[in-house]
Amino acid sequence: MSSIPMIRQTAGKGAAKAAAKRPNPRAGRPRNRGGAGDIRRPGPLTYGALGAVLLASLFPLYWSFLVGSHDSTALSRGIPLLPGGNFLENAAKVFDSIPFWKAMGNSILVSTVTSASVVIFSTLAGFAFAKLRFRGSKGLLVFVIATMAVPTQLGVVPLFIVMAKLGWTGTLWAVIIPGIVTAFGVFWMTQYLRDALPDELIEAVRMDGASMIQAFWYVGFPAARPAAAMLALFTFVATWTNFFWPFIVLDPSNPTLPVALQLLQAAHFVDYSVVLAGAVLATIPLLLLFIAAGRQLVSGIMQGAVKG
Amino acid sequence: MSVTDRVRPQGQSIDEEKPGNRDVRRLAFSQQVSKWDVKLSPYLYISPFFLLFALTGLFPLLYTGWVSLHNWNLIGGQGKFIGFENFGFVLGQPYFWNAVGNTLSIFLLSSVPQVVLALLIAAVLDANLRAKTFWRMGVLVPFVVAPVAVGLIFNNLFADQFGLVNEFLGLLGLDPVRWHSDQFASHVAIATMVNFRWIGYNALIFLAAMQAIPRDVFEAATIDGAGRVRQFLSVTVPMLRPTVIFVAITSTIGGLQIFDEPRVFDQSGLGGADRQWQTLTMYIWELGWGQRNFGRASAVAWLLFLMIVLIALVNFLLTRRIANQGGRK
Repeated sequence: MSSIPMIRQTAGKGAAKAAAKRPNPRAGRPRNRGGAGDIRRPGPLTYGALGAVLLASLFPLYWSFLVGSHDSTALSRGIPLLPGGNFLENAAKVFDSIPFWKAMGNSILVSTVTSASVVIFSTLAGFAFAKLRFRGSKGLLVFVIATMAVPTQLGVVPLFIVMAKLGWTGTLWAVIIPGIVTAFGVFWMTQYLRDALPDELIEAVRMDGASMIQAFWYVGFPAARPAAAMLALFTFVATWTNFFWPFIVLDPSNPTLPVALQLLQAAHFVDYSVVLAGAVLATIPLLLLFIAAGRQLVSGIMQGAVKG
Repeated sequence: MSVTDRVRPQGQSIDEEKPGNRDVRRLAFSQQVSKWDVKLSPYLYISPFFLLFALTGLFPLLYTGWVSLHNWNLIGGQGKFIGFENFGFVLGQPYFWNAVGNTLSIFLLSSVPQVVLALLIAAVLDANLRAKTFWRMGVLVPFVVAPVAVGLIFNNLFADQFGLVNEFLGLLGLDPVRWHSDQFASHVAIATMVNFRWIGYNALIFLAAMQAIPRDVFEAATIDGAGRVRQFLSVTVPMLRPTVIFVAITSTIGGLQIFDEPRVFDQSGLGGADRQWQTLTMYIWELGWGQRNFGRASAVAWLLFLMIVLIALVNFLLTRRIANQGGRK
């Protein structure tokens, strides 16, 4: 098995090559196409419209910070335009009234574990569907895709009964286990590996005596890396922002962030400067993630659209 | 007698070459293993998904039907079989029909503008922009804000007193809107939250599809004298048909199960004093976990399931027709 490092490199390269071949719709046409086939750069009107859209997508967050950095009476005195100096005070109230750090830890744990397991199981299944021949593979893949249209959220009652029977209600298991592999993930990895992993490469390692799981590990997984990273990102965001099921199955004393966040508003007297400070605090981790990997999110959505 | 051919497939008879003999057998055994490896591995690799779907997707969905035919309490558990009594009860409840109306109203207010605005934004993003990635990332920011956070923020923006939206309306000389008591107004506010989070995401999906349209189609249209707006309506939109259908279907499945945003639109989380914005999923929660009646909650879940299937179907046919007409014009 001395050839493995070499193959791994080749796999990486093959994957890179295939990735480069992936639909790049701009390729093959002049770069400077403005809207409907004219060569000009768009005028200020276009940028103005985009600026308005950008403002609309950022404003609610800014507003949240604005309110969250003033005291509770500020809003009744008129609309503030600039942030005040009360954010830390409000943040301290957030930490007092909800188990914020526990929720943050839980969210990080649940999202990380879910993303990792979704990536592993989806890549394994994608490898099988895209590259291995077995009876019924076509039908089974169609089945996987069909399940994406099933509103499984409606099965909450029995799912809750099952979790209660297992003694998992109130524990993070109840949130993690139902999400460890998704139909979307399987479909996504299948689509990607079909193009990105040359059959010859698998044959080559198989000739060298690699078992199936070795072929997956040394050739399949490295080739899948770019798509796996995107899948991990999307799963992380989806898990982090998920509310309905965690809200039902978790206790207020051991929540994830969204579950904890809504507790801020459940009190009789609602101090919006505290509530919105909490909203900002709960969003910061994903904003950081977005700054680091927003580019991948964008291209992930766009690739998924072309493929799906 | 030289035994150079050590890997002769037929098992050799009694020989003095014992090591060779063992080699043969080991090879046969490893071949056997390898055969099973090839045969079984694919099923093993795909099994996690199917197991999980069976246990946490399919089984609960079917079992919901079973629960709905029983008296079933959150604490007490399974009671006696009562046939379709739960369905009868639920269908006789004004709150059920109220929730159906609210769900549909919020769904329409969010899905239609969402698709239209996403298409327009995509068209703007499709221009030959400077700093493309910056703009694309910009429209995606709302996607990373959790619906609960979005709900809390917009709840404040749409506050009946001192809310920014009402203050703004006041500047325009308009009367303040009672976002938290008027039924339709509350639906508009909640739909705005949904639109805020998803328009940018869908715009990127449409953008990708637009860029996949072959350039010569636009050239032909330009030669035929079609202006920009005309090209957008008669070329771009019809060519995006499959993508529009995809977005419409996914937004149907998600939109009809809406829970997060209306749940945090006030403190109590039940959808307002008169249930002005209680959706079906909220009603399921109220029956199941508020009133602890799992039987009735399951009955509503099944009814919502049927509704989703039905509307997804209508949506599919409708979107196809609209897109087709666009192409024919």
